[in-house]
Amino acid sequence: MDWQAIALSLRLAVSTTAILLALGLPLAYWIVYSHRRWKFLVEAVVALPLVLPPTVLGFYILLAIGPRSPVGALYAKLTGGLLPFSFAGLLLASVLYSLPFTVQPMVAAFGAVDRRLIEASWCMGVSRAATFRRVIIPLARAGIATGAILSFAHTIGEFGVVLMVGGNIGGITRTVSISIYDQVQALNYTAAAHTSLLLLGFSFAVLAVVYALQRRVWAIWPVS
Amino acid sequence: MAGELIARCRKRLASGFELDADLRIPLDEAPVTVLFGPSGSGKSTLLRLIAGLERPDEGTISPGGAVWFDTSRHIDLPPQRRRAAFLFQDYALFPHLTVAENVAFAAPRDAASALLDRFGLAALASRLPRSLSGGQQQRVALVRALASKPALLLLDEPLSALDAATRTRTRHQLRELLLESGVRSIVVTHDRTEAIALGDWLAVMIEGSIRQTGPVQEVLRCPADAQVAESAGVENVLPAEVVARQYGLVTIAIGVVCLDAVDRGETGALFACIRGEDITIARNRAEGSSARNRLDGRVRAVTLEGPVARVELDCGFPLVAVVTAQSAADMQLQPGDSVCAVIKTTALQLVR
Repeated sequence: MDWQAIALSLRLAVSTTAILLALGLPLAYWIVYSHRRWKFLVEAVVALPLVLPPTVLGFYILLAIGPRSPVGALYAKLTGGLLPFSFAGLLLASVLYSLPFTVQPMVAAFGAVDRRLIEASWCMGVSRAATFRRVIIPLARAGIATGAILSFAHTIGEFGVVLMVGGNIGGITRTVSISIYDQVQALNYTAAAHTSLLLLGFSFAVLAVVYALQRRVWAIWPVS
Repeated sequence: MAGELIARCRKRLASGFELDADLRIPLDEAPVTVLFGPSGSGKSTLLRLIAGLERPDEGTISPGGAVWFDTSRHIDLPPQRRRAAFLFQDYALFPHLTVAENVAFAAPRDAASALLDRFGLAALASRLPRSLSGGQQQRVALVRALASKPALLLLDEPLSALDAATRTRTRHQLRELLLESGVRSIVVTHDRTEAIALGDWLAVMIEGSIRQTGPVQEVLRCPADAQVAESAGVENVLPAEVVARQYGLVTIAIGVVCLDAVDRGETGALFACIRGEDITIARNRAEGSSARNRLDGRVRAVTLEGPVARVELDCGFPLVAVVTAQSAADMQLQPGDSVCAVIKTTALQLVR
């Protein structure tokens, strides 16, 4: 089994999930509570990766982070490196690709928090930020956990975007799904079967946890 | 907070409902104000406008000299800076926090636990809201609101989530708690009994506007117009017309029946308001009584409502009298009986 690829995938998934949590919480909050008329446009953009072929998304990301693009040029100036075919470039692509998987469960969970709890908190002089932290997040934690787990699992399994943006460089951009593809190409079916089985088991476990969270198999609130 | 609370707001809702209210409350005279009116008259919306949870299209909100909202001066304080604690119908306790944590949500821990002791909630401190009864939840919500040291307390139908028995018991406790808190409160209700039990000051809201304000008893005794009278629970609001006046009395006609009332200068078409309890029912014409209005009629129905009986009469127009259940039993009132309804001139209130 290609342990190097598995380790890389895990590192990518952990980093992606961490960034998405930091990005997704305020974004989901804005989507749920903003009164802007053009809100639907942002929602559509966030959901795009759900319907776009990964190759199309990968192609645009590749263009956007290339050395001749403003983003790529700035990155080159700051770090001296290039974004395409690097771990940083891969991380950026993964964040965009998994954005809807984080944001949508959070939007659903925030939307389900009773509006009056939030208003009661505001009327007692508690700021919007503190109300978010002390009322909304604790009450939406099942949804937040679902979003984090889904984006983690989705990153582990991504293939098309990785291939377009990261290529296939061992230890830098060769993730576990690319490794399986390589093994099949090399007619090394035994290795491919082992890695595939690992991914299958992992995916099933993740989905089981997500559904259990949503059904509240475990008590979400401590029972007194 | 002292001085006068002024809330003059206009707001058109998405449903097409238009609120155009001018609420003035003398806070010094009115520890508890009841905002009273039928369902759908805009009471809760006005409360939300005062709290800053919704924005008026136009107007001013100014409690006791401060300015919370003023379109002409572009002032719109967020709810956090108004500190008008809001008590929701179902209390909105934080379900993930214990009673103690709820009360300490916007207050220092020691102040919160002192309040828990003072309001007899210490025994419930470690319980979660969902394990409390409706009455206990209401108490916790009120103490939580008080702990945040509010400038004003806004209560939206605070008793409607309770069952009938608890409601009656809680009514008087709630008034005591509100008075004890020392914070000026506005209570929204559509229930006349609640309004009387809770309030010092009454503001009647109908179809999005404030129709009458004043001390509770005064508003209920002298409603300003027919709609206020009806919503204040006056049993008989009858269309009438002035036909004659002499010796300080005015004669009005309700259909073909004429009645005398005290002349306060009314003319033309108006409404006669008669409280059910101001009508006396007699078996005979009761000659020799000082009451000027004696109407022959027939009993149409007798309904017992606890200690009183509601007697529906047909005197050429429908008339509802309220007598004690004991009198109704002693007189053996039956549907079809011929009786005489006696009304003092001063019991007749003429309004537009």
